Amino acid sequence: MTVAPARGPAIEVRGLTRRFGTFTAVDAISFDVAAGEVFGFLGANGAGKTTAIRMLIGLLAPSGGSASVAGFDVATQAEQVKRNIGYMSQRFSLYEDLTVRENITLYGGIYGLSDAAIAERMASLVKRLDLGRDLDTRVKSIPLGWKQKLAFSVAVLHDPQVVFLDEPTGGVDPITRRQFWELIYATAAQGTTVFVTTHYMDEAEYCDRVSIMVDGRIAALGTPAELKERFESRTIDDVFVRLARPGAAA
Amino acid sequence: MRARAPSALRAFVWKELRHILRDRQTLVILLFMPLVQVLLFGYALRTDVRDLRVAVVDPTPDAMTLRLRNRLEATPRFRIVSVAASTGALEDQFQRRAADVAIVLPTSFADELARGGRTPVLLVTDASDPNSGTTMQSYVRAALADFESERAGLGLGAVRIRLESRMRFNPTLESSNLFVPGLIALVLTLVSALMTAISLSREKEQGTLEVLLVSPLRPWQIIIGKVLPYLALGFTITCLVLLAARMVFGVPVRGSVILLLAESVLFTIVSLSLGVLVAARTSSQRAAMLGALVGTMMPTALLSGMIFPITSMPRWLQPVTNVVPARWFIVIARGIMLKGVGLGYLWFETLVLAGMALLLLVAATRSFHARLD
Amino acid sequence: MRILRFLLRKEYLQIFRDRIMVAQLLLLPAIQLALLANAATFEVTSARLVVVDEDRSATSRGLVDRMRAAGRFRLVEATPSAERADDAMMRRKAGVVLHIPHDFERDLVRTRTAPVQLVLNAEDGAAAGVTLSYAQRIIAEYAAELAVTLHLSPVVGERPVGGQGRLDVRARGWYNPDLDYRYYMVPGILVQLVTMVGTLLTALNIVREKELGTLEQLNVTPVTRGQFIAAKLIPLWSLGLVALTIGMLVAHFAFHVPMRGSVLLVFATASIYLLAALGVGLLVSTIVSTQQQAMFVTFFIVLVYLLMSGLFTPVRSMPTWAQWFAQVNPVMHFIEIMRAVMLRGAGLPEIARSLAVLSAIAIGVFTLSVRQYAKRAA
Repeated sequence: MTVAPARGPAIEVRGLTRRFGTFTAVDAISFDVAAGEVFGFLGANGAGKTTAIRMLIGLLAPSGGSASVAGFDVATQAEQVKRNIGYMSQRFSLYEDLTVRENITLYGGIYGLSDAAIAERMASLVKRLDLGRDLDTRVKSIPLGWKQKLAFSVAVLHDPQVVFLDEPTGGVDPITRRQFWELIYATAAQGTTVFVTTHYMDEAEYCDRVSIMVDGRIAALGTPAELKERFESRTIDDVFVRLARPGAAA
Repeated sequence: MRARAPSALRAFVWKELRHILRDRQTLVILLFMPLVQVLLFGYALRTDVRDLRVAVVDPTPDAMTLRLRNRLEATPRFRIVSVAASTGALEDQFQRRAADVAIVLPTSFADELARGGRTPVLLVTDASDPNSGTTMQSYVRAALADFESERAGLGLGAVRIRLESRMRFNPTLESSNLFVPGLIALVLTLVSALMTAISLSREKEQGTLEVLLVSPLRPWQIIIGKVLPYLALGFTITCLVLLAARMVFGVPVRGSVILLLAESVLFTIVSLSLGVLVAARTSSQRAAMLGALVGTMMPTALLSGMIFPITSMPRWLQPVTNVVPARWFIVIARGIMLKGVGLGYLWFETLVLAGMALLLLVAATRSFHARLD
Repeated sequence: MRILRFLLRKEYLQIFRDRIMVAQLLLLPAIQLALLANAATFEVTSARLVVVDEDRSATSRGLVDRMRAAGRFRLVEATPSAERADDAMMRRKAGVVLHIPHDFERDLVRTRTAPVQLVLNAEDGAAAGVTLSYAQRIIAEYAAELAVTLHLSPVVGERPVGGQGRLDVRARGWYNPDLDYRYYMVPGILVQLVTMVGTLLTALNIVREKELGTLEQLNVTPVTRGQFIAAKLIPLWSLGLVALTIGMLVAHFAFHVPMRGSVLLVFATASIYLLAALGVGLLVSTIVSTQQQAMFVTFFIVLVYLLMSGLFTPVRSMPTWAQWFAQVNPVMHFIEIMRAVMLRGAGLPEIARSLAVLSAIAIGVFTLSVRQYAKRAA
């Protein structure tokens, strides 16, 4: 299943700002994400990442600036935004006391898929992830790695234009993480834009482009190769450390 | 390996205390709730009957019935709301809650009295609430007896035994005096048993308990660390309640305040140990809540004698109440507050509580030991 | 609403798999009813009596025998010392002390009147009042017969006004002739049960989703507030009615509490009342962030409402301000209606007014809380 090509960037952010009282969490950030891109959104804790994402997915209203996701304005067209995106949060947010099948059915129904479509996609999902035996197992009994992959698959079940992943690979071994990223690539290859935040700097290397937030602003934006060259570092890790060091703000 | 007990324990207790203090919302509720309850119970919860609405059924009004009606009307407690000739309307009046009591007079009341012999007067009450029903009946009977004595003077065969009654320890039957001991028990149970159960089971759920168990702290130290802050909290609340009850309603503490506080501490320890046990035996927060509710709160509220007297309960149920720790505490609290007695009278109950505390503490510590294996 | 269907399916699945909730639903009412049905009474079956008889006459002994014969008093000690009697009361060995003064019989014969003193242990209050009224009855009856027993001749001169007849007061209690406390308590317990299920479970349920993060997940989906609330409240509403059913079955078959009115009316009332209960639960979920807090806040609110509703103590005995408060208390109206229908067999015309008020309150609370939830969660 391929996604209908979007007109223009999948995500467009212009001077997006969010203030909490006198504290500015997100300070007029601007960037674009092209359709089908795998975009890494990095930053230290407290740099404003989570706030920015929450604005993009329609959970938080911006204090200033604007952003559009899948062609819809996040401030005024939040409902349409939600219909066209997928979301996988840090805590996976699958219902632990429901089975795999029940979770898939639920989210399929929520996103308006017909019964036939749900059945069809469930079948292909099961085949892809080799979950045949576990269809009727409660999610809480499934190992962590499988849970993550399942959560991701459920997030893209309805073929959204953009899928937001908030630290999706916490707590699993490197091999499982690798497999997860293969899933991401496969999804992106079909036209879905992937917007992912992560703490694992090696995963940053997997992205098409990467942005690093420091103190509410975007301190760096570009492909991993560009950044490494610009900051004379061998790994994104070093880039990150340089930027996050006090006095190193651009 | 033995932890350097004093400093490790101290750090742990400190951490627990800060935990509690930081949860502002819960703290406010825990401190606020008992105070509000004291005020509510004291002001609003009464069983005395004040404004009795009387429906009179008088088929043949005459001089005597008029006299009787005037007598009733003259009593401030009564208010005659209707005078009818038949009982037909009574059912409807009771259904609509328009009358509390009905007095049905016989026909030819004056003639019956003149003839001598017994003249029947029927008293009808809505006995849905048996307590009020009985009380209302006694008030009306008393009024009728007054009517009789006025009529007959102290002559002709009317022998009167004048009953002087005294309510010992609580002369005015102040409801506030009665409920405060029970309220303290209830609140302490709530704070100690319920909160401990929940907080411990929450740590179990989140996995932080395992971290503790692996640390150099021994199980008994962990329990003490958990228990101490809630002990302090319970103690604070008890003082608050006593103070509020004293200032607003004048509820006395006729005995030793120190003894009362000491006994509350003892009772708190019992409840806390129960909370720990519940937490140890359940697997989730919700289960702990349910367990604490059924195992501590309900028995405390219903079987401890705080609302319903134990002596009124069926014979088979009375020994069962001995298992409820609050039962013993309420006897102690009432004894100290209303009777002004000391350990001389209360040693047995204190012993029982102390025994329970010991037993439960040991059981609680054991249950945590078991998890290590 | 197709989405609603999917959400409802998920809610019901979760409820049935939640063993704790099921246990709460079945266990709590059963236990509470069992306990309350047996424990909830202020009646005094047998008070322990100590007699201090300073007269030791036939008449005084006759009085003591009368007290014992009535069956409500159990003589535990007879002593000449008032201090001993008082000490017995201090030690809780006695609940009542009867003092018969020295010249009891003589005074009665001479002047037709004599005092006795009754001291009752009022430390647990409720029983004392009841005991007193029993004692009063017995003593009055004994006095009435003394004229014959003592061979007292009529006093010449004074004639009673109106004739020699005496009043024979007979009392009848309607709707509860056996003065069974359960009749009074059980409707209240059922109300409390429904309230707990409606309010507490709602608050806990929603806060749990908040705690787990699944709430946030749903917020990112096209699910609207309205759909979310409906999906949460409909199952809990039906659960409240199930709890009521179980409670009523237990009350009827285990405790023989009458059901004199229409069952349909009871359920209709409960359905309306549940709107208010659920609304409060919804409100609570907007102001707390953990399940623990949800539980405490709910307890607090529900307790105040229950106590001020006439559950244990009559509304008519409350001070004026409290009675006003009771008028806007949905619990009060629900209990009123339950008692009226179950015990007095009231039909729709009799409870129409209460029901109307209850409906108004319920709809008001519900609307308010939904609006508040929509605002907060935005």
